[in-house]
Amino acid sequence: MTGHQHSGMGADGWFLGALAVLLLAGGVLAYLGAVRRLRRRNIRWPLARTAGWMAGSVVAAVAVAGPLVAPAATDFVAHMTAHLLLGMLAPLLLVPAAPVTLLLRVLPVAHARRVSALLRSWPVRAGSSPAGAAVLNVGGLWLFYTSVLYPLSSASSVLHVLVQVHFLVAGYLLVAALIGPDPQPHRPAFRVRAAVLVLSVAGHDILAKYLYAHPPVGVPSGQGAAGALLMYYGGGALEILLMVLLCHRWYVAGASHVAGDRSGRVHRWGHRAYPGATPRMDRGGYGRRGMTGHL
Amino acid sequence: MVPAAGKAPPGSNEAAIRRRTLLSGALSGIGTAAFVDETVFHQLLHWHHFYDGSTSAAGLVSDGLFHAFGWFAVVAGLFLLADLRRRGPLSVRRWWGGVLLGAGAFQLYDGTIQHKLFGLHQIRYDVDLLPYDLTWNLVAVVLLVAGAWLVLRSQAAGLRPPPSS
Repeated sequence: MTGHQHSGMGADGWFLGALAVLLLAGGVLAYLGAVRRLRRRNIRWPLARTAGWMAGSVVAAVAVAGPLVAPAATDFVAHMTAHLLLGMLAPLLLVPAAPVTLLLRVLPVAHARRVSALLRSWPVRAGSSPAGAAVLNVGGLWLFYTSVLYPLSSASSVLHVLVQVHFLVAGYLLVAALIGPDPQPHRPAFRVRAAVLVLSVAGHDILAKYLYAHPPVGVPSGQGAAGALLMYYGGGALEILLMVLLCHRWYVAGASHVAGDRSGRVHRWGHRAYPGATPRMDRGGYGRRGMTGHL
Repeated sequence: MVPAAGKAPPGSNEAAIRRRTLLSGALSGIGTAAFVDETVFHQLLHWHHFYDGSTSAAGLVSDGLFHAFGWFAVVAGLFLLADLRRRGPLSVRRWWGGVLLGAGAFQLYDGTIQHKLFGLHQIRYDVDLLPYDLTWNLVAVVLLVAGAWLVLRSQAAGLRPPPSS
């Protein structure tokens, strides 16, 4: 619409987009390298995990450096599409790839210990707990779309990048806290995770309806309504997928308690393929209450 | 087939299975009613409005919570049903009773609290609302009564001593 929204697409905009793609490509190469090191030690790593990591990286790259970037500066629908890809779809693909488990598996023991200590430090634990991650997500969304941050991020490349990193990291933390296969120091019971998921989805949907009537600063109302509908229904589809994955993990975890049931086999994503990879932190896996299957 | 509640052999979790059958049905019913509301009245008929300007803050919050919970309810209800099935036989009648109870409760909440008290949106616009509101809430009551009847029947069947004894 107006000139100031284009400044993010200048030379530094291109540079930052290229940098983001390079970082994501580096992540893919590192992941593939780690899987190869495992294979040399005759340890199989599920192909679905590798595929998930690559697909999630591609989705994230498309969101930050793809064809949506140019229109996203002036078109709220394009912006919202990029937001859904980066904050919701990419984490749903990246989290099941279990990058932390992979990292702990290939690192020398001394380094792996340092990583686990970092994971147990209070800031990481606070941000990766379901409630903490939900606050980062939903709080961040409300703050961003209902304040001057939205127009400011269109004008400043640095702020724009920070916001995108926040979307990806916060989305990743929430999905990991809810359905992640990676070790978690204190994974709460199923019903706690279910409650956090429902409240987060509600916070997202309430914001979408609010934006329908009150678009962010600088967004024309027609665009605001279209973007809000996309946020509500597009986001809804991904939220339902998350609910199915959460309940499916509950179902799979309950299999060992059912006499004669054979579905305790290794899950396709490999959740149960390597029990005891990191014994001290894995114990929380599903907790007693989750395992006994009470909703 | 179903032992009397007080005479369940030690280790039997008959009561838990009956409770969870009802819960599974009720969750599926709430979710199904929410889904029908969204699909038929919002998307197909376009009678309901996504946001009609007079929506109160409480209405938005209530709607958001129920939208989120409705979807979760249907997913969780069906996974719970799958879990009950792999554990053994279950009373299908009781499950359907739960479905009708859940659907009726959601419909009644939507028709009274959300539409009327919170003014979220009305059933239809530019028409005399009274017959729509009456039909809406009457359907809710019929669902509740039918659900309660099925559950009570399944209860009676459960309390009857097994034919073999």
